[in-house]
Amino acid sequence: MTAPIIIKLTINGAPTELDVPARMTLADALREKLRLTGTHLACEHGVCGACTVIVDGLAVRSCLMLAVQADGAEVVTVEGLGQNGGLSALQSAFRKHHAVQCGFCTPGILTTMHALLLAEPEADEERIRDVLSGNLCRCTGYIPIVHAVMEARDAYRRPEQTA
Amino acid sequence: MKLPVLDYANPRSVAEAVQLLARHDGEAKVISGGQSLMPMLAFRLSSPKLLIDLRHVPELDRIAIDDNGVELGAKVRWRDIETDRRLDTTHPLLVAAIKHVAHYQIRNRGTVGGSIAHADPAAEMPAIAVTCDAEIVVVGPAGRRSIPAVEFFVGPLLTMLTPSEIVVAVRLPPWPRQRRYGFEEFARRRGDFALAGVAVFYDQDADGRIHNSHIGAFGVGDTPLRLSAAEQTLEGEKPNATAFAPVVQAGMAGVTPQGDIHADARYRRALLGTLLDRALQRANERIYT
Repeated sequence: MTAPIIIKLTINGAPTELDVPARMTLADALREKLRLTGTHLACEHGVCGACTVIVDGLAVRSCLMLAVQADGAEVVTVEGLGQNGGLSALQSAFRKHHAVQCGFCTPGILTTMHALLLAEPEADEERIRDVLSGNLCRCTGYIPIVHAVMEARDAYRRPEQTA
Repeated sequence: MKLPVLDYANPRSVAEAVQLLARHDGEAKVISGGQSLMPMLAFRLSSPKLLIDLRHVPELDRIAIDDNGVELGAKVRWRDIETDRRLDTTHPLLVAAIKHVAHYQIRNRGTVGGSIAHADPAAEMPAIAVTCDAEIVVVGPAGRRSIPAVEFFVGPLLTMLTPSEIVVAVRLPPWPRQRRYGFEEFARRRGDFALAGVAVFYDQDADGRIHNSHIGAFGVGDTPLRLSAAEQTLEGEKPNATAFAPVVQAGMAGVTPQGDIHADARYRRALLGTLLDRALQRANERIYT
């Protein structure tokens, strides 16, 4: 009864087949089965946001989703954000504004903000701060993160020019 | 902690899901968004042998709006409510309350049915259901039944749901356009569970006198509550600060909150009073047409 379940999903554009125990979270499947350790795990009960990945276009906490629930889904992790072998506009803005200190929360914040700006490229500072409330950062005080995200919006407004 | 060892099923209909529940006799749990159940599993507060995922069960993700009110399917997510502009006029109190539910990532997966079945005493959706005299529609081996929300919630994380039943919808009665409402809650960080919260609505007659007043409170008891003494105090009054003061007193007298690590009992009662006062004032200030 507790035999592994085979799932097929797309991860960072690559079709992938995995066999996972039913109880395995998506976060653990990414980290342990695929060694995509950019997705960080901290609280493992949905409070901190470090494990955020993008599933079918929506930012979700990968510790609060079973891997089997991602069968058939398109998953993007922080490893999938870079463009042409380099940093994305959002990642570059994080570097420019020093929006990273210890870096533990950064993958979850990048994935969350990437999903937000894809859906809402006109998000204002209040909206960015509201969404950011789902990600805990204990180093930066959030101010450089907000500045970085606001600067990165331009790249999402005109995606045809950054492709 | 990692989740307990369990099996996973993926039924294609409510009937099939109910059969699985009945066959496992209390050892199975229904999962959809998992935003309440997954933490319960991670803490091992719940250790079912089988998870029954509703992801391929059709038709539970609809928001139906007609003369009978608003029916929210169990799989309707917070983001679906947030993005459905029809609700701005057909149930603005629901819209106001759902703005406070959790954080962005959780709102992308968390569902109405999950919140109702989980029955956290500090959660918004159960509070709205109780305040609005909603009915909880459930399906079990004996068929479908509707349970008034005030009866559905029995205690913290406890409901009338039998182990073989599934919540399929929440029915909110129709909302007249002229109705006044207010929703207030306080949490130390936006999106966290409320230390206390209040939902209020009332109608007015041609003279401006209040009738049909509904006042609900959450985070201050074992279940979401109706503050019936406060409602009675409000009936027949014209809305103003003088009329609201005794309503706030009656509301505070009507709860016996428990203290915990987040806030002691006295603080919670005082907070409830402040929030009730604000909610009444905002109800009075706003007219939505």
